[in-house]
Order: sequence, then structure tokens, then C-alpha cells
Amino acid sequence: MKKLTRSLVCAAALGLSVAGPVNAAGISDGVVKIGVLTDMSGVYSAIGGKGSVVAAEMAVHDFGGTVLGKPIKIIAADHQEKADVGSAVAREWIDRDHVDMITDILNSAVGIAVQKLASEKHTITMNTGAGSTALTNKDCTKYGIHYLYDTYALPVGTATAMVKGGGKSWYFITADYAFGHSLQDNTAKVVKSLGGEVKGEVQAPLGTTDFSSYLIQAQSSGAQVIALANAGADTINAIKQANEFGIVAQGQKMAGMLVFLTDVKSLGLNIAKGLQFTTSYYWDRNDASRKFGDAFYAKFGKMPTMDQAGVYSAVLNYLRAVKAAGTDNADAVRAELGKMKIDFFGDTGHIRADGLNVHDMYLVKVKSPKESNPKHGHGWDLLQVEQTIPGDKAYMTLAQGSCPLAK
Amino acid sequence: MNKTFWIILFVLGLLAPFAVYPVLMMELLCFALFACAFNLLLGYSGLLSFGHAAFFGSAAYITGFVMTQWNFGPFSGIVAGTLFAGALGLVFGLLAIRRQGIYFAMITLALEQIVFFLSLKLPFTGGEDGLQGIPRGMLFGFIDLNQPLNMYYTVFAIFVACFWLIHRTVHSPFGQVLRAIRENEPRAISLGYNVERIKLLAFVLSATLAGTAGATKSIVFQTASLTDVSWHTSGSVILMTLLGGMGTLLGPIVGAFTVVGLEHELSGIGSWVTVIIGMIFIVCVLAFRRGIVGEIGRLWKRSF
Repeated sequence: MKKLTRSLVCAAALGLSVAGPVNAAGISDGVVKIGVLTDMSGVYSAIGGKGSVVAAEMAVHDFGGTVLGKPIKIIAADHQEKADVGSAVAREWIDRDHVDMITDILNSAVGIAVQKLASEKHTITMNTGAGSTALTNKDCTKYGIHYLYDTYALPVGTATAMVKGGGKSWYFITADYAFGHSLQDNTAKVVKSLGGEVKGEVQAPLGTTDFSSYLIQAQSSGAQVIALANAGADTINAIKQANEFGIVAQGQKMAGMLVFLTDVKSLGLNIAKGLQFTTSYYWDRNDASRKFGDAFYAKFGKMPTMDQAGVYSAVLNYLRAVKAAGTDNADAVRAELGKMKIDFFGDTGHIRADGLNVHDMYLVKVKSPKESNPKHGHGWDLLQVEQTIPGDKAYMTLAQGSCPLAK
Repeated sequence: MNKTFWIILFVLGLLAPFAVYPVLMMELLCFALFACAFNLLLGYSGLLSFGHAAFFGSAAYITGFVMTQWNFGPFSGIVAGTLFAGALGLVFGLLAIRRQGIYFAMITLALEQIVFFLSLKLPFTGGEDGLQGIPRGMLFGFIDLNQPLNMYYTVFAIFVACFWLIHRTVHSPFGQVLRAIRENEPRAISLGYNVERIKLLAFVLSATLAGTAGATKSIVFQTASLTDVSWHTSGSVILMTLLGGMGTLLGPIVGAFTVVGLEHELSGIGSWVTVIIGMIFIVCVLAFRRGIVGEIGRLWKRSF
């Protein structure tokens, strides 16, 4: 038995050898590694998932495959919607694999955990999927960038545009927890500031499947706009049942506070038609977005969601910043990202000190089956871009925010 | 033989952070402890709780809260989380142990859902963002837990201490009574044992240790989130225990290492993780119902 003990100890000791990386000027360890941390198996896998990895690889390809003469490598992992799994993977990526930038992320709890951790270890994160405004406020970090959208810009954009378009009276169906409440508060403020009125609100628990009583209250309130301050399955259920009640057909408008293209696709135009929401990317908006949309469709068989488009754009701009800075050193690249113009499918954004990428947003409306051309865009002709919401109107200003780095 | 075996494991545990990525090792140990605590209830008392994540997660939240808001150190933070889980276990236990079988499981699940919704809605938990940025701090004022190895050996020490406690409990007269209750409750009653009190004690002990696991995990990952209190976590600890072999000391550890290790190693291939773990579970239930360790133990006994 003793012999066995000894040999086991020896075997374990053999595993000890850990080689340290040699830091050269320019690109550390001779390769730029980008980690796509996403949800591949859970509820958001259709929004990001494998499609995000494809988008990141397309960005590398379109950039030319190398930066400063060094190869670029994309690695990916599934965080399974768990903050501990996500931060364990991120730690390992940074400590062992020397990943230079982490993108996508797609879940607020994971997003904040990874952003904090990465900043402690001087690594840039470009968050496209998670929406919490905390990422650029109380939990903002030096190297954390919130790239695509936040839970302020989406509802506020929608509210501004809709009130100006005549939807003066509002009724809220709100998911009954912090996320839903903050969506409702942000939106209600804008509605009131523009002279609109909030006729009432009702709070539905997270995971409600039967929205009928809430919808009847909303319907009988006589409000012009029924706002859904919820997300995911809650939004989908509410929209389905609103359709059964004929709410949109009877003249009330439905506004989604957080809706993705895949939600519309899965609901179908018959049910979702007339729904308005804000997005930062729609494939059929301009030539640049169409070009990426078509290329993505050719590779993946679906049109990109705004998150997947965000990953593409984030990786591309990160590589541009590395090239301009002449190094993958996080401080230099972050400084460069703060200086340069962020090209987002023909739009121009800029990244502020709190890490927020300020860029234009778009109010869209779901087409009716008649308006949609099935031959256009492989059956993805789903949305009509109604209005452009300028970035400085869509996002919280630095003065409104609470990020200590920007004070 | 037995002693040598444990010593080998101990030495392997000491050397592990040099061979395996330390954070992964810490995660494995936290879940192993959680599964061991759960096994104390399921394997030795025959009580299937479907709400153990309530203790695991609430301890994580409490530890995070006292460390971020009241500037507790890591030691007092873990103690606070553990005590809270124990107290919660007492309340839940008092309600739940009055029923058996599926009713017991359902009551614990219902209580766990209450904890989940409280965690979602209470102001300090951060809702779906979770409690973030929990400092690791200095253990006893001089051990810097931000050093991965210090953190690892702290987790390892906690694990060994709790495991020793479970080992002692299982092999004590109290543990024998627990097994007697599991095998034949009316008979234990007729022998004069206060069955309800003994079950309650086991429940509280199991909840407390699950709390220790959750509290430790929140310091390792510096975050406490809704996942920790969700019923998925309760489900996966059942899976770990059954897979490894319930009612064996080593089983839950093997089970936790298998499940968490697979989740980690397969994280690159996406949705297949759940499918693969599901398949393993089916194979396990159909082919070797005693679990990995239970089955190996049986073969061992047969051949020697």
C-alpha cells in the first residue's frame, strides 16, 4: 500500500509543471485570443449561442485573419446562465489561456461578475448580450465596455418615439421584480416628461403563463399604449394572449421593452404584428447591415439577432483598436477604443469613460403578414424601421449615471 | 487499508491545485461538500429534500451581504452564512419532517421557492443581477485570500473539517439511529427513539453544512446569484448524490466531481452538456443503481 501511495504522489507531482508565458512587446504570447462567453444551452441560446461564435469568426475573417502580423484566435464557452460557471471559465481563460478580450456574455449576473473579474486582471470585456444598466453605473469598471444596448435605452427609446407619435396614455404590465420595476420607472419618467400620462400598472409575477386578467385590466383602462415591462417567455406569453383578446386589432398599441428578432420570428407575424420596440440592429436597415445579414445567413441559416451583430461589430472594432494601438495591452487598447470612432454598420458611436458605447438606436414595428415579402431576406422580412433614435437621446447621460470612473 | 486510502485522498487534495486549475478545484470541493451534506439527509436518513438550494443559496447571499455591507471578514462571513442556513433549516425542518416521501419533497420544494422569490425581490440581493463583488478579504487578518493557493487551502480545510464532521456523525450512535429510521421507522419508534427530533437534527445538520458550502462558494466566486437558490441547483445536488452513490461517504464527492467536471469540460460544446449528463444519469439508474461508488464497493466486496 505504501508503494502505491508513493507512486500516486509522484504522479500528482508530475502534473506540477506550469510554464510561464513570455511577454513580448506588441502582442503578448504571439496571438490575440478573443473569448466568446455565451449561453449555448439555455433560454438565450437563440439570441447569442453558436451564432455569436460564427459572428466573431466572421469578424476575424473580415478583418483579414491576422493583426499586427499575429494570428487571431476565437475560443468559446457556455456559461449555462450561471454566474459561477461564467466567472470560473473567464478566470481560466485569463489566467491559463491568456485571453485578451471577452465578449457576448448574455446574462446580467454573469456579465457583472465577469466584468469585475476581468478588470481586476486587466482584461477588456465587450458586453453585447447583458442589458443591466448596473454595468456602466454602480458596477462600472475600467476595462468593461457595454457595447450594444442597455435596459435604459430600449424602453426609453420606445417610449420617446411612441409618445411623440401620439401614444399619450400608457398602461404597464410589469414583471414583478427589480428588472421589471426599473424598466417601468425609466419608461414612465419619459412618458410623463413628454406630456403623456400613465393610466395604471399591474404587476405580474416572473414566469406568469396566464396574462388574461392583466390584459383585461389593460384593455379596459383605455390606454393607447400597453407596455410590456418584462422579457423573454413573459413577453412572448403576454403578446400571444393579447392577440387572442384582439387588443391590437381594436386599436390599442403594444410596446415591448425588451424584444429580440428571434422572439418575433417564433411568435409569427400574425400574432406579433403591430408590436413596437427598440433595437440597435436590424438586418434590413441599410447596405452595411444587409451585407452582414446576408453573409451571416449564408453561414448560419438564420438572420443575425442584434446580439450576434453586436458580437461581430465588437470583435471587429476591438481588432481595429489593437491595430491602431500597436499592442494588445489592455490599457493601450482601452484608451484607443475611447478615442476612436466606433463603426456600427454604417453608424458611428463612441465609448465613454464609464464604458458605455453610445450609438443610435432604432424604433421598429413588426410587419403584418401582408406587408412582409416572403421572398425578401429568406423569410426574415419581419420588421419595419420607423424612427432613428439618436444615441445621445437614447442613453443615460454621464451626469445621470453613477459610475465613479466618470465623475 | 481504510486509513491509507483517506490519507492518499488527502495528499491528492493537497497537491491538486498544482495539477488542476485551482478555481475549478475549489468549485468541485464546494459542490462536493454540498452533495455530502445532502447525502447525510438522503443517504443516511432516507429523506429526499427537493429544496436544498435554499440553504446553499441563502447562505451565499448572507455571507455576501455581511461582507459587503457590514465589512465582516471571510471567517465571520462564512460563519454568518452557515448559522443563517442552520436557522433556516430549523424552520423548514419543523414544517417539513411531519410528512414523508413525496409530501416531504414537495414541502421542501415549496419552501425553497419562497426563498427564491425573496432572493429575487429583497432589496439587498440585486435581483437578477445577483450580489456582486464580494471581497475575498484577509482570513484571520493575515492570510490574503486573493492569492489562489491561500484561497484553495482555505476551501480545502473547510471541506476536510466538514467531511470529518459528517464521517463522525455517520459512524456515531446517532448515525446508527438515523439508519435505523431509514430502514424501518415504526420499529425505531417502538424501540423508544424520538424519531421526529432525530430527523429534525439530521435536517438541521444537513442544512447547516449545505450553508457552509454555499457561503464558501460565494467567497470563491465573489458573487451570489439566483442560480444558487433555484430548484435547478436542488435538482443537480440530487443528481450528484445518486450518480456517485447515496449512502456512501465517497459517493457524493465522486458524483459532484463528475457532474461539475463534465459541465466544465464540456462547456465548449454547448447544449450537449445537459444531454450527456442526462444520458449518464439514465445509464446509472438502469445499469448500476447504487451509483458509481456504491457499485465499485459491491464489486470490491465480491471479489475479495
